[in-house]
Amino acid sequence: MATVGGFLVVAMVLAALFAPALAPHDPAAADPRPESILLPPGPGGVMGTDELGRDLFSRMVYGGRVSLSVGLIAVGISLLIGLTVGAIAGYFGGWVDSALMRFTEMVMIFPAFYFILMVLAFLGPSLRNVMVVIGIFSWPGLCRLVRAEFLSLREREYVLAARSLGAGHLRLIRRHILPNALAPVFVYATLAVGGAILVESSISFLGLGAQPPTASWGNIIAAGRHYVESAWWMTLFPGLAILVTVLSYNLLGEGLRDRLDPRLREGRDGKSARG
Amino acid sequence: MVNYLLRRILIIPVMLLMISLITLGVMHISPGDPAALRYGLNPEVSATALDRMRELYGLDQPFLTQYRGWLIRVVSLDLGNSFIDDRPVQTIILERLPATLLLNILSLALIFAVAIPIGVVSAWRRGSFFDRSAGLLVFIGYSTPTFWLALLLIMFFGVRLGWFPISGMRPWYVQFMPPAAQLRDLASRLVLPVFATAFGGLAGLSRYARSSVLEVLRQDYVRAARAKGLTEKRVVWKHAVKNALLPVVTIMGLTLPSLIGGSVIFETIFSWPGMGRLGYNAIMNYDYPVVMGVGVLSAFLTLVGILISDLAYAWIDPRIRYR
Repeated sequence: MATVGGFLVVAMVLAALFAPALAPHDPAAADPRPESILLPPGPGGVMGTDELGRDLFSRMVYGGRVSLSVGLIAVGISLLIGLTVGAIAGYFGGWVDSALMRFTEMVMIFPAFYFILMVLAFLGPSLRNVMVVIGIFSWPGLCRLVRAEFLSLREREYVLAARSLGAGHLRLIRRHILPNALAPVFVYATLAVGGAILVESSISFLGLGAQPPTASWGNIIAAGRHYVESAWWMTLFPGLAILVTVLSYNLLGEGLRDRLDPRLREGRDGKSARG
Repeated sequence: MVNYLLRRILIIPVMLLMISLITLGVMHISPGDPAALRYGLNPEVSATALDRMRELYGLDQPFLTQYRGWLIRVVSLDLGNSFIDDRPVQTIILERLPATLLLNILSLALIFAVAIPIGVVSAWRRGSFFDRSAGLLVFIGYSTPTFWLALLLIMFFGVRLGWFPISGMRPWYVQFMPPAAQLRDLASRLVLPVFATAFGGLAGLSRYARSSVLEVLRQDYVRAARAKGLTEKRVVWKHAVKNALLPVVTIMGLTLPSLIGGSVIFETIFSWPGMGRLGYNAIMNYDYPVVMGVGVLSAFLTLVGILISDLAYAWIDPRIRYR
């Protein structure tokens, strides 16, 4: 399972990196002649053309770049916040912990999607904003995980030993506890990349993510929505691409979970960072 | 318990304050301005008129003054008037609320009706063909962009097969139909949006129910029930399921934020006249009072929903003691 997922993930990353070599046409090269727009898959292009006569396959390849970078950077931001808050809460415990956890709970039950849309509309839709906003709203799950790990690890003998040798807080956290908490964090982050890609595609679908002419899977589907009755390829292919990409991150994540941390099996809760 | 309840109730105003601060703050630093957006490109509207409009809506005031004004009005239950059609925000939201509630309550019911049996049977027949295929489907379900699924449903069941209407809730001509036909029309319009809205929750809840039942099946009282000679069917459905499903109630509260997020997408796709589409259109039109109203109300509904599901959990399971 992990192998298949990992293979697909690597393939997607390579496709994104080498998009210019892989795409047969310029993704933005429009050809709005009636005979070259909305062509079904065939000799004109493996996935057909869109409403402006652009090659759909090329746009899909470039769209993969958007999804991948948004997914990775958004999760990077949420890792940064989640690790910091979770480590502080779990390490110090007491009132620091309860205060931080109340705050985390608040972010968790926040109807985030609506506010993500609002922030993007008012501050201007751009990919950079999309990454930041998804990151800011998706850290609570990670934070709770890190906190739980820290709570149990800080009582271990080796940590006590290091403390009695005079190690400071920062050293204890960084050198002794954090490395042992990283395996589940890594698993969670892998799954979160899939979640972030889903959210990004919904945002782009609603017109608040990647702005035309930049292609993203979400905004190709949005454009295809007007041709649902005639040009099925504009809806089907980008959606399948999202599905396969997210699926491969989930496969990789679940596979890693089973290998790295057998304790975590079965435990997927129903509160993923979905819109 | 009382302590817990107080904390949960106290968090509501705190959170609403936070949300309104964020919302107004974002609007304040936003480069777009509703006055300019509506009339800025219109050469017949002079700069003075624009300024007058900003003054009328208080857009020229400093941030804290705007916020204080907004707070005072909210406390007196006045959310202001829409910039677009100048009607009171409460009236607009109340018009849209029933459609959203109808859609989401039906979706929630569908999620529970389908996901729980799947989860229970998967746990009971662990490792069976059914369990493994359900697991695979759930996995795919987690990874599916649901807005895309909604479009596929429209393409296939709406356009290709023509079984269900693909948009709207109550077309104008419905009023000339007898009540039974009106109901049938509504039902056929509900099928696709309800299914699309429910889909995301199905995967999560069925997994949750499965692991919950598995957990209970390991308990001593289940062994006791088996030792008593009860049939396996009775053990699972009477003894295990009842106990396993208690925590599922709390999941209901946690699905609310994602249902509300989903409303924005699905109501937009299916042209459903609910709060989600109202909020989306308001966001796209810089209609600040409506954006604020929908945001605050959806946060409030979420918090109340979570409170209710926590209370329900404590009520049906006396072992639960919230601290």
